[in-house]
Amino acid sequence: MSHTSAAVAPGKSVWDGGVSPMGASYGKLMMWFFLMSDAFTFSGLLITYGLVRSSNPAYEGAASAFTFATTHWPIPEKVFDAVPFLHGVELPLVFVGLMTFILIMSSVTMVLAVEAGHRMDRAAVEKWMLWTIVGGLTFLSCQAWEWTHFILGPGNGGTQVTDFVNGAWITRTIEGANLHENQYGPPAFADFFFFITGFHGFHVFSGVLLNFLIFYNSVTGVYDRRGHYEMVEKVGLYWHFVDLVWVFVFTFFYLV
Amino acid sequence: MAHHEVQVTVAPPDKAKIAKLWRVAGILLAITVVEFIIAFSLHHGPVKTFLFVILTIFKAGYIVGEFMHLRYEVKVLFWAVLVPMIFVVWMLVAFVYEGTKIVTY
Repeated sequence: MSHTSAAVAPGKSVWDGGVSPMGASYGKLMMWFFLMSDAFTFSGLLITYGLVRSSNPAYEGAASAFTFATTHWPIPEKVFDAVPFLHGVELPLVFVGLMTFILIMSSVTMVLAVEAGHRMDRAAVEKWMLWTIVGGLTFLSCQAWEWTHFILGPGNGGTQVTDFVNGAWITRTIEGANLHENQYGPPAFADFFFFITGFHGFHVFSGVLLNFLIFYNSVTGVYDRRGHYEMVEKVGLYWHFVDLVWVFVFTFFYLV
Repeated sequence: MAHHEVQVTVAPPDKAKIAKLWRVAGILLAITVVEFIIAFSLHHGPVKTFLFVILTIFKAGYIVGEFMHLRYEVKVLFWAVLVPMIFVVWMLVAFVYEGTKIVTY
């Protein structure tokens, strides 16, 4: 691995060529810069969420008296309070908390795979990569359930809205959510939910595919023949980044 | 193509390093638990948001510093990654403030 920065001849700078000034291989460096550009994309999404949220009226009043309405921004813990197999039980944020736990744990197994890679320990790399893949798939399954529940609605009868259509006030009920309207709050709320968690979920999905590729390559001995397991490290960087983004999504979408 | 097994020398597990990684994992989970406690014990407002942001920055620091190993990289790489993020922070502050000045209803 290329962690050690090479010694430089007296009177020469690391930027004069011949050594890696950043002490990282080309591939690792490019992964870092890719992740930075990806961080800008996610920042764009989350900052736009902040802009739109602060431009919408917040809910004023006691949290216990909160009701869904398209006229104020919902309190997230009132929206995300369902857990599979426990229909009708109010467990605010418990399921997202579980998803956070799963993703952090899969980040730990990933970093253990990287550690095993440094030692050329193929068996350990395989074991930890497999656990990381399992963690990623579990997270995706949780997200699939969460999306389904969000789209179909909690089954509490929906939210009444009154629109002015063709010169008359018409009252109707919205149940669940799509990109045009949702029962939880202003239309933009569901749009941001779909785009932010969707974009993150797609990153997790790509990460699982990359992790599988790494697992496959270590099983077939590609990295043993290559003489190093640096690919585990590069994909590891990506996987930790996905975990990092979730930390921010968790705070800014579910907690604040 | 001749296929022959490559001789690989496997080093023993670095116990101290692995213990440290698990400790970082414990810290991350502990911070998440603290966030949960805050979520249900404080009223929505600037104080709560501030606490969440601080705890999130701690979590991000541990993930990027320890898991992604950035803390131990060459200083040039460390700052090359960190400095551009200042602009993101500024963008966040500016946009959230601007949002309060937009009337959508």
